[in-house]
Amino acid sequence: MSAPPAAPRRVLAIETSCDETAASVVDDGRTVVSSVVSSQIDLHARYGGVVPELASRAHTELIVPVVTEALAGAGLGPDGRGKRPVDAVAATVGPGLVGALLVGISAAKSLAMAWEVPFVGVNHLEGHLYASLLEEPDLELPVVVLLVSGGHTLLVRMDAPGRYEVLGRTRDDAAGEAFDKVARFLGLGYPGGPAIDRTAVAGDPSSVRFPRALLEGSLDFSFSGLKTAVVNYVDSHPEVATEDVAASFQDAVVDVLVRKTLEAAARSRAKGICLAGGVAANSELRRRAAEAALGAGLGIFLPSRAMCTDNAAMIASAGYFRLVAGRTTAMDAGAEPGLGFAEPGSTRRA
Amino acid sequence: MIPAEVATSSPEETREVGRRLAGALEPGDVVLLIGSLGAGKTTFVQGLADGLGASEDVTSPTFTLCQLYRGRLTVMHADLWRLERLGEVVDLALDEGLEEGGVLVAEWGEGAAELFGDEALVVTIDSGETTEERVLTFEPHGSAWQRRVEVAAP
Repeated sequence: MSAPPAAPRRVLAIETSCDETAASVVDDGRTVVSSVVSSQIDLHARYGGVVPELASRAHTELIVPVVTEALAGAGLGPDGRGKRPVDAVAATVGPGLVGALLVGISAAKSLAMAWEVPFVGVNHLEGHLYASLLEEPDLELPVVVLLVSGGHTLLVRMDAPGRYEVLGRTRDDAAGEAFDKVARFLGLGYPGGPAIDRTAVAGDPSSVRFPRALLEGSLDFSFSGLKTAVVNYVDSHPEVATEDVAASFQDAVVDVLVRKTLEAAARSRAKGICLAGGVAANSELRRRAAEAALGAGLGIFLPSRAMCTDNAAMIASAGYFRLVAGRTTAMDAGAEPGLGFAEPGSTRRA
Repeated sequence: MIPAEVATSSPEETREVGRRLAGALEPGDVVLLIGSLGAGKTTFVQGLADGLGASEDVTSPTFTLCQLYRGRLTVMHADLWRLERLGEVVDLALDEGLEEGGVLVAEWGEGAAELFGDEALVVTIDSGETTEERVLTFEPHGSAWQRRVEVAAP
């Protein structure tokens, strides 16, 4: 890792790719000064009205209070003035919902222009990789990161900040999506991850042997067939206990995720493995990943729940490493809803 | 002509039906997909995008709500599963994409019938007799589609 520059670099980042409106101030890519996620503050009480999720309208309403709060947490006024102003403003440019992304990008660009500092576009997926570094600055690289969320399932080897390679990805459904859809099918509610996690505790994971799509020789994933298998099994065995189905389904997902992560680590001679993304909060995945890493003599890093889910601190960290590498973004760059991992998109230079 | 009904016995066969439909698609077309969880909606779209020569990976759009694949025609692959209000469908600006010559393929398309249903091909995927079998029915809405789809057998 490169040595931090003499003067600390302060980055304000805005994240609006999905249903969370988030802002954060991070120093030197590693020290979280403030981090605000809309769902964490009682907006109903403070700003009045219902806070709808998903729609870009909600982001439009939340962006100013959330950014203001993040700035205040860093000792800065709403005008950005204070003891140590920010050196760059970063925002998630994709992947995500186009309308939602544009709210964060527009806000970040406006602030960057007003404060005469660079704008840095960040790939949301890349941001998740920095979540581990934020909580564990001494993380020994290279590591293999299993990024699992409602929208993504990726295996990435991280050699250094800014240097990574995608080793595997889902060919159909994301792992978190399989959790959500199976939970909805079983009538367990939304979000599906925590619901299945809770229900599975009372079930027998070996009661139903669901298929594991191992795609031999590949580090890619496929969860669509498993989802179909659960539907077919329950339809033909209506008497089955929901707890047993939840536990067996979770067992199948976790089994594949852990096996592939270990294989990826072995193939790329990684020092350890990290979990990232919302599904990384799943207790069975955390337990089995830790157990497997220990058995293979690998390091394991399990981020806190707040770091697993969407936040702007990880975007600020990713933005910092882009900034120090001179990879700022043009002011006319737009949102890239379909941005893949490590695609040029956000690297378009200023 | 697009057949009124096709039976398939594997995901690959469902993909093949999508590939064949791709050949009949024209700019501005709307295809609404209906089928329960695990029916094979995304599998069908994988074939359709492949048939249009798009090279992108076709994955479930449940999270992103809308994904674009660029082939002979640009495919807007939308998933309306999480959308509960019509206003949120409007936010996706799908009609702008259609005006620009793209085609819309929407999973969980029931909810969009009010917006797009006048001129659309409704594809329903039902399970067949075995767990692997699927029956795909093609139901034309609007005169343009009625000319392109065979009349269903009585």
